[in-house]
Amino acid sequence: MTLAPMPQPVGGEGHAALERAGTGSSAELEVLKVSKSYGTAKFEKTVIRDCSFTIDEGKLTVMIGPSGCGKSTLIRLLAGFERPTSGAITMRGKPVTEPGRDRLVLFQESALFPWMTTYDNIMFGPRARAERGSEPRSRAQFLLDKVGLGAFRRKYPTQLSGGMQRRAELARAMINEPSVMILDEPFRGLDAMTKKLMQEYYANLYEETRRTTFFVTTDIDEAIFLADRILVMTNAPAKVRSVVDVTLPRPRRLEDLIESDDANVTKMHVLSLLHEEAMKSFAHGSKAAADFLDAYSKRIRNPS
Amino acid sequence: MPTAVAFTKRASQLLGSVTFWRGTVAIVAFILIWEIASRTGLSRVPAPSGVVLTFNDLMRDPSYWFSWYLSVRRVFTGFIAAMLLGIPLGLGMAVSRTFYGISFPVFEVLRPIPPLAWVPAAIIFWPTQELSIMFVTFLGAFYTVVINVIGGAQTIDVRYFQAARSMGSSGWDIFRRIILPATIPSIVVGATVGIGIAWAVVVAAEMISGGGSAGSMGGAKGGGLGFFIWNSYVGGSYTQIVVGMISIGIAGYISSALLRKMGEMVTPWLRDQ
Repeated sequence: MTLAPMPQPVGGEGHAALERAGTGSSAELEVLKVSKSYGTAKFEKTVIRDCSFTIDEGKLTVMIGPSGCGKSTLIRLLAGFERPTSGAITMRGKPVTEPGRDRLVLFQESALFPWMTTYDNIMFGPRARAERGSEPRSRAQFLLDKVGLGAFRRKYPTQLSGGMQRRAELARAMINEPSVMILDEPFRGLDAMTKKLMQEYYANLYEETRRTTFFVTTDIDEAIFLADRILVMTNAPAKVRSVVDVTLPRPRRLEDLIESDDANVTKMHVLSLLHEEAMKSFAHGSKAAADFLDAYSKRIRNPS
Repeated sequence: MPTAVAFTKRASQLLGSVTFWRGTVAIVAFILIWEIASRTGLSRVPAPSGVVLTFNDLMRDPSYWFSWYLSVRRVFTGFIAAMLLGIPLGLGMAVSRTFYGISFPVFEVLRPIPPLAWVPAAIIFWPTQELSIMFVTFLGAFYTVVINVIGGAQTIDVRYFQAARSMGSSGWDIFRRIILPATIPSIVVGATVGIGIAWAVVVAAEMISGGGSAGSMGGAKGGGLGFFIWNSYVGGSYTQIVVGMISIGIAGYISSALLRKMGEMVTPWLRDQ
């Protein structure tokens, strides 16, 4: 694969491109100076402004930012459901103009088709493309077993628990062999226990397949647990504030988040960035958030 | 036999439930009050005991059952026609903006006209009286079916389309596997409500037009449960009026229950959530 000539970063907005040059990994999806506005010229609302970053092949890139900062809009652009107002999104050098099976999205809440059984949901993609024969069927069965839903192949989505629905949806996406998986706060709304289990399950799955992943979250622990790189977003209009590399070795365990000093230092760093962004969105700042950060920094310095 | 076991289990559950007994007591109390009111002269409605006797006689009268047959035939013909035309029309309006722009204004102008206002026009325009009654019955169900289909198809979650398109689905495949199944629950609702309206309309249409040239209920043109009631009124048989009314109640209930059952069969994913 050949890389397009590196675009020159303009001003301070070239973190992603510079970063990529540093690590030498290749970009699967590239977002270049993308802006997105809604409304008329007179009452224009800019949700994303001059946003640039890359999603590198085989890496798990996590985007974290204040809620309502335009993360979901960005996902719709990456998936091709909407087009940017300006700038470009390219997938392996080709501009993204429409939805495609190379970039599949897992939405915030289940988008399983309620009228189809788990098995039929998973078979949706192969059937849409009229793939015949026993091969798609055995792949579907393999994935059903892989996500632990073998006994639930004839159940409808409403008969599955929240965590099962997420796993069924993962299987429905994976059968299409997407180059990039895009996950929009996939574990939000699950209870704490299920959420932890799903995070561990997903980390294992990623470590096994190393499929390029773009994962959006507002949960700092989730971000550090999963990410190779964290993109910290500015408050609306959104762009990348900074890129933080997470160097924790894989395979990871959730306990690492508490035990590893690296993880804690990274968490502290990302939290302070997020805090600054959050501060900008409250006119008078948030005392509670400041107190929390203060206490947290003390804990880091004196672990005993 | 598992079904027999399930039936016994359900029956024992029913007999043990407070709701069941509360309902039973209410119905018995209602009939008692009605009986007392009629006997003491408080009400001029015939007493339930008299209605039961008349009903017993009518059970052996073929012309009574023929009224049933005529009304049921009209309701189901009109209703099935409403489904056959209404579902494609509603789906078409939901799917195509152009088609919606052309047909919805016409539809919305015609919709407020009560089906019964069509009775004279229907009698003039349709070659037989039977067809004109069926047409009016059709109208009764038609608007409800169409409105429900449009509503159901237009409120499909946009993420279903996005997910489907991402996975390589388009055009006919999206229609067949997303739009159609997603609309079925609304179609079932429209059908259940629609057949209720069809019953209301057929009875009135029979009263207005059903007598026609035929005086008797049996065999000849006209007839039906609506005409049966009207004829009983003209003939001064008040217990028969009540029997006719109750018959329509039973017919409507059976039709709705039948449609609900069929609805459950075509929407297996809505069962036992």
